[in-house]
Amino acid sequence: MLCQNCGKYEATTHIKRVINGETGESHLCSKCARELGYNDFFGDFGFGISDIFTSFFGDNPLAVSSGRTERCSGCGCSFDDIIKTGKVGCAQCYEKFFDRLLPSVQRIHGKAGHSGKIPNMAHITQAGTQREAAKEPTVQEKIAAAEEKMAKAVSEQNFELAAQLRDEIKKMKGEETK
Amino acid sequence: MMWYSQTGAESDVVLSTRIRLARNIREYPFPVRLDRETKKQICETVRDILDGEGVKLSYIPVSTLTAAQAVSLAERNLVSADFISKSDGALLLNGDESMSVMLCEEDHIRLQVIKPGLDLEGAYAEADETDNILEKHLNYAFDERLGYLTQCPTNLGTGMRASVMLHLPALAAAGNMTRLAATVAKLGITLRSANADGAGDIYQLSNQVTLGISETAATENLKSIVLQIASQERQARKSLVKDEKTIDRIYRSFGILKSAYLMTSAEYTKLYSAVRLGICEGLIDADINKLNELYMTTQPATVNAANGGELNAAQRDAVRAKTVRDALG
Repeated sequence: MLCQNCGKYEATTHIKRVINGETGESHLCSKCARELGYNDFFGDFGFGISDIFTSFFGDNPLAVSSGRTERCSGCGCSFDDIIKTGKVGCAQCYEKFFDRLLPSVQRIHGKAGHSGKIPNMAHITQAGTQREAAKEPTVQEKIAAAEEKMAKAVSEQNFELAAQLRDEIKKMKGEETK
Repeated sequence: MMWYSQTGAESDVVLSTRIRLARNIREYPFPVRLDRETKKQICETVRDILDGEGVKLSYIPVSTLTAAQAVSLAERNLVSADFISKSDGALLLNGDESMSVMLCEEDHIRLQVIKPGLDLEGAYAEADETDNILEKHLNYAFDERLGYLTQCPTNLGTGMRASVMLHLPALAAAGNMTRLAATVAKLGITLRSANADGAGDIYQLSNQVTLGISETAATENLKSIVLQIASQERQARKSLVKDEKTIDRIYRSFGILKSAYLMTSAEYTKLYSAVRLGICEGLIDADINKLNELYMTTQPATVNAANGGELNAAQRDAVRAKTVRDALG
């Protein structure tokens, strides 16, 4: 098999990732693997991997540039600029190009939907202005919590519990769409 | 005392724990679209906030560093190779090098906390505390759906990368690394060799996914996998150190470390792994902290930076061998 990145050399590095049940595979030659950060100590932190991100747009029909160039009002960046560099220009780009970025984000992370720290939540909760700490969790929060438990169960090889949680999540997702 | 001169939990297998947070300031474009002057402004703003809040960090603009000093920072995992290849960022660094902030690298802010041994909770708590200080003063780029917004979408969500350095001589000797890497990949975890061609049997385990999984879930997930790998490694070590050839290699390696006159960095790394195994398994009576410290301080640019930055390779090998002899002799 030839390298998926350069198409010139035999692929010797095979990267397989399964995220939330979806399998993604990359086959790279040693040169491209190194250049794309797979052997680099800092590769884990996006450095180099942004090039892989670029390749995520490969079969995205929306990524094909249209005659009229839309630009982000924040930084002047076009969607083509993002594809070329694998780097987003500014925070507003994520708003402007959200729909076009979303499929790629989902392919990288398996899903889109932040779970975790929210800036300045501590102050907001203290002031008691917005979200109350004791309020009933939303369906989305319940799903997120169950998914965390499932990941933990899988890592502990407790597949019975993981399967049970998977069914619960499926059910909750069904309710959410209703 | 530097963080790497100390021992933490599970330290027979776990060398260190690292947490990194990626953050950006809403009002500014990401670094790829910033000029030098604006980058400088961001660097100084973050410096002044932390200084004003009493967080004691040295401010080191990359442009003020010699080549040896810059590469030495990368050797100690405080900055990325990309960061020092450009001269317009700055580093904030504390006294024992356990906390550092890369300013205007891939993101405006990359906060890093390193702890000896396995301490994901401790490292995260410390990073989180500093992050809380920054967010009081800065308007972070954040989206409810995508979490913390980062220049590269691979870091969206928590913006957190947790990684653990493992010493796995027995699992590596048994040829188990490829299988292990494939297994953890299924759980969204990356396992890779820290050095080219697996030198030193040091491996880095880190979370791959940052969006849709909370900081707590990601670190707990990683921790449970670390503990499983550590227990496998301990079992494999038990049989490995019964092998006479291995015992011989361990003692010979110790002998070379204590008596060599010239030593390359690659040779130290190789001998380090064998001797570290010998110490952990009770074959050799030597200070493991000194051995770990030497692993950091005998790297090429770090030796150069500590000795005026003008040494050639042969001179470095002599200095390195003497440093090792003096420390272990």
